[in-house]
This record gives sequence, structure tokens and C-alpha cells, in this order.
Amino acid sequence: MSTMTVSYEDATARYEPVIGLETHVELGTRTKMFCGCPTEFGAEPNTHVCPVCLGLPGSLPVANRAAIEATIRIGLALNCTIASWCRFARKNYFYPDMPKNFQISQYDEPLCVDGWLDVLIDGQTVRVGIERVHLEEDTGKTLHLGGATGRIHGATESLVDYNRAGIPLVEIVTKPVPGTGARAPQVARAYVTELREVVRSLGVSDVRMEQGSMRCDVNTSLNRPGEPWGTRTETKNVNSLRSVERAVRSEILRQAALLDEGGRIVQETRHFHEDTGDTRPGRSKETATDYRYFPEPDLVPLAPDPAWVATLRAALPESPRARRDRLQAAWGLSDHDMQSVLNAGALALIETTVAAGTTPEAARKWWLGELSRVANETAADLGTLATPSQVAELQKLIDDGKLTDKLARTVLEGVVSGEGSPAEVMAARGLEVVSDTGALGAAVDEAIAANPDVAAKVRDGKVAAAGVIVGAVMKATRGQADAKTVRELVLARLTG
Amino acid sequence: MAAISREEVAHLARLSRLAVTDKELDTFAGQLDVILQAVARVGEVAAADIPPTSHSVPLTNVLRDDVVIPCLSPQDVLAGAPDPQDGRFRVPRILEEEA
Repeated sequence: MSTMTVSYEDATARYEPVIGLETHVELGTRTKMFCGCPTEFGAEPNTHVCPVCLGLPGSLPVANRAAIEATIRIGLALNCTIASWCRFARKNYFYPDMPKNFQISQYDEPLCVDGWLDVLIDGQTVRVGIERVHLEEDTGKTLHLGGATGRIHGATESLVDYNRAGIPLVEIVTKPVPGTGARAPQVARAYVTELREVVRSLGVSDVRMEQGSMRCDVNTSLNRPGEPWGTRTETKNVNSLRSVERAVRSEILRQAALLDEGGRIVQETRHFHEDTGDTRPGRSKETATDYRYFPEPDLVPLAPDPAWVATLRAALPESPRARRDRLQAAWGLSDHDMQSVLNAGALALIETTVAAGTTPEAARKWWLGELSRVANETAADLGTLATPSQVAELQKLIDDGKLTDKLARTVLEGVVSGEGSPAEVMAARGLEVVSDTGALGAAVDEAIAANPDVAAKVRDGKVAAAGVIVGAVMKATRGQADAKTVRELVLARLTG
Repeated sequence: MAAISREEVAHLARLSRLAVTDKELDTFAGQLDVILQAVARVGEVAAADIPPTSHSVPLTNVLRDDVVIPCLSPQDVLAGAPDPQDGRFRVPRILEEEA
């Protein structure tokens, strides 16, 4: 274990990182991969199981057409070639999370191969190669008893729930990504972010990293410039976008420190620790991996008909990138402004608000301004604070002269705290702009009468002094008048 | 030259979590060798233009629709489990004691 530390700048000046990512996506099909058991999350243990997913003797798996289609669509969206013929394979291992003692996966004949996904880093496109996209089945969940903190280490026995066993799982593997230098952690994060967008746009998974329906393993190696790639480590347990970035950065620092003192990188599985942000070695017993893959005899080969693939290709939705480019152009945003929209997670919200009749400028102002501020302060999801139609209604009240910007912010507060629609909050709180010129005129007359000296100055041509009277009117109407209208009324009376 | 070594048999036994004695290793290595050599004779007639057979019937694309079918009852699921707890299967220690 290295005791030296290096700065990130030094590490990436001396070494070139090569990264690779393996991402698992649980498909949102109604049933499991090879049987008709439901896939719903949260059922009582072992209530979503049958002879097939329990691996009982004599049961036979049959592949789920919807899962095959979803995988082909992911492959197409990632610019892959779809295999014209491929087989499932048995991955043999002795671990009770699969009752069969093997997992049905794909080995040397994946369904989709050789694609790419472009990601944007600081305005530059980095093309991440996709090695393969294949289909397999998820494993059951184990609870470890008898040890400290429920970990497998020291446990004396374990309890197994097979509800998750057999849920279709798509594995997406990148080619090694060299040449990104110090930006490697950013590239890793941007790739997973973009992949999540792509899968979400296809509607084949809810891709929630925090719930485990999208999981990521990160491979990292370092080499000195001009030398062959180094030995890579695989970091598992990376369960958020932020962690993807931190895990790569942490591995770069750890490996650089080790290499600096003449150490050797061991090819191993490491685990990312969210609390400390570092990676630690996984189970050493696991290293003796010898899965003895062979073609799954219980499933016939897959030979996707080109016409089927063409139909799926024709039905692909607009890619997230094309959609972003289209909206950015339509809204006339700079790259920087567009990035703010994306960082806030406000793209779809603004799009829907604009569709409801609001200008892009106004929609962006509300979602990135007031609402993002509240979202940050309360750690709430932006989309839960208000709906696009409420924001559109609010802006319409401003456009119609019923609210000033300032009053609208107060109305929005009411909307966020669940007091109703903008019009309802405005009415309930009595926030509508005083536009009745009779009432406003009376307030102006009173203010002029109360400030005779100022009025005299204005009459003498010192127009700037009118501000005092305007202020008095605004105060009298509790800010519910439009200052510009008030000013016009004051000047009309004194200079007209 | 044996088709499978004693060490390879020991490795496979370990992967399969089978406790095999030294004497059994000798026996199994010999028996597996006979089997492998018999199978290897297929290779003598297999021409390069014949792909290995993984499936004996010329079928592809046997798929089912994504439709839920009833699962087993919890009683049936755990009927053969020696010592279930809270609806879960109990399994023995997974990792051996760390040395």
C-alpha cells in the first residue's frame, strides 16, 4: 500500500489514463427474461418466482421477445451492428445468488457489436467506442447474517430472495478510451450521463442508479506517455454519476502514487466507497474466476431478421443529442446557457412550458431562477415543485398585466407550497396588480397632496424628483401597482 | 499424453465445490481421460467447413410474448428448502474463513 500522495495535476501530467466502462441496465419489461414471472420491484421475498427462475429440474427457459427488442433498440441507438445470428451462453459459477449455479448470459456472440456514443466535454466531442451490448439475466438478492454490518465477510449464513433473479439485464461495454488525459473522470461521467439519456429516451428502462436499475463498473489503467497501456483495475459499486467521476479520479491518484514508488498495479476488482470517495480491494477469493462458458443448450440461437431490425431502426426516437441541438437552436441559447439548462435538469420542463405558450426566455427564467433556487435549498427534484402549465399560467398573468415580476415571485412561492394554481394563489392572497386607473389615480392624487414640495419641484421640470411620489404610491398599494404606469400617471398630472 | 491432467481435475472439482480425495482424483482423471479421448475422435472427422453443433434441432428465434403468468405459491417455493426464514432460502456460509 502506497503512503505517498500525488496531486491530480502531477498524476495526469506523468501518466495517461485509459478508461473503460461496463454498464448494466435492468430492462423495464413486464416479465423476466426467460419466464413469465413479473418484474415489479418491492414484492414479498420469493413471490415472483417459478420453476424456470428457480432452476428446478425439467424447467425450460424461453426468451422474452420484448427484452430482445429492447436490446436491439439500445444497440441501434448506440450505432452498433446487430448480429445476424448469436447464442446465449452459460456462465458457470458457484454462488447462491443464482439457484441454477449458472447465469444465462452472452459470451463470444453478443447481440450488438461495434458502435459508438458521442459525448460533449467543454464543447468538444469525445467519441466513446462501444464494444458490445449483450443480454443476460439479473441475479437474486442475498442478506448476510452473523457477521458485522450485514457484509458477506464474517457472515455465518445468508438468506436469498430470487425475485430479481431472471430479470432481463443489458450489459453495455465500451472499448478502451485512451487519450482523454486529465479529463478522463469527466469523460466517464459524461458517457454514463449520455447513455442514461439514450436508454431513457428509448423507454426501455427507468435507469435509476440510486435504485440499481442502472449500475456501473469502471476500468482504469495508467501508462507513461509512449508506453503500452498499464494493468487495469475494475471498480464496482459505482452507483451515481458523481461517483463515476470520483471513482476514476481516485483510481488515477492511487495508481499514480503506487507507480511513482516503483510499485506494480494488480489486476483486481475494487469497490468504490461513497463515504470516503476511494476504492478498496474486493474479495480476494473472487479472483479465481473460471466461468467455463458454453452455449446454452436450452435456448435456441437468435437470428434477428433484417426486416425486423429495420422496423426497429425506423421506429427509434430522436436521439437525446439531436433533441438538445434542436431545442438549443430553437431557443437561441449559447452553449453555456444550454449547459445550465441541462445541469438543472430543466430541458423537458422548459420544453413543455414553451409548448404551453410561454416564450423560451420566460420559461428558462422561471425554471433556472426562482424554481432552481428552491430546488437547491430544499434538495427537491425540480419537476416536483411546479408543473410546466403552472409556470406558463404565471407568465401569462404577467403578460396580461395582472402581476408584476415581483408579485409573480410571491405567487410562485404559494404555488410551490401547494396553495393552488397561480390564478388561485393570486386571488387568495390578493396579489393582483392594481390596474383600476380610478383607484390608482386616487392613490396618485393622495401622494401628490402629501408631498407638495416634491410636486412643486417636478412641476418646475425636475422630473427625477417624481420618484419620491411614485415610491409613495407603490407603498400605498403594497407594491401591487405597476411602477411604470404609476410614473406615467404622476407625470401626466404634474407636467401634462 | 493424457487429455486431462490430475491438476485440471482438481481445479474443476474446486470450482464445482466437490470434495475429492487424492485417490478419487487419480480415478476420475483416468476416467475423464478416456471420455475426452473418445470425444476427441469426433475432431478427426470434423471438416473445417462444419461448425460445431451446439443445438441438435435447426430452430432459431423461439420467443415468448411479454405476458405475466402466475408464479408458484410461497409454500411451494419453499417446500424443498431445508430451513427458510422470512420467506427466504437459507444457505450456508458463502465465503470461507479468511486465512
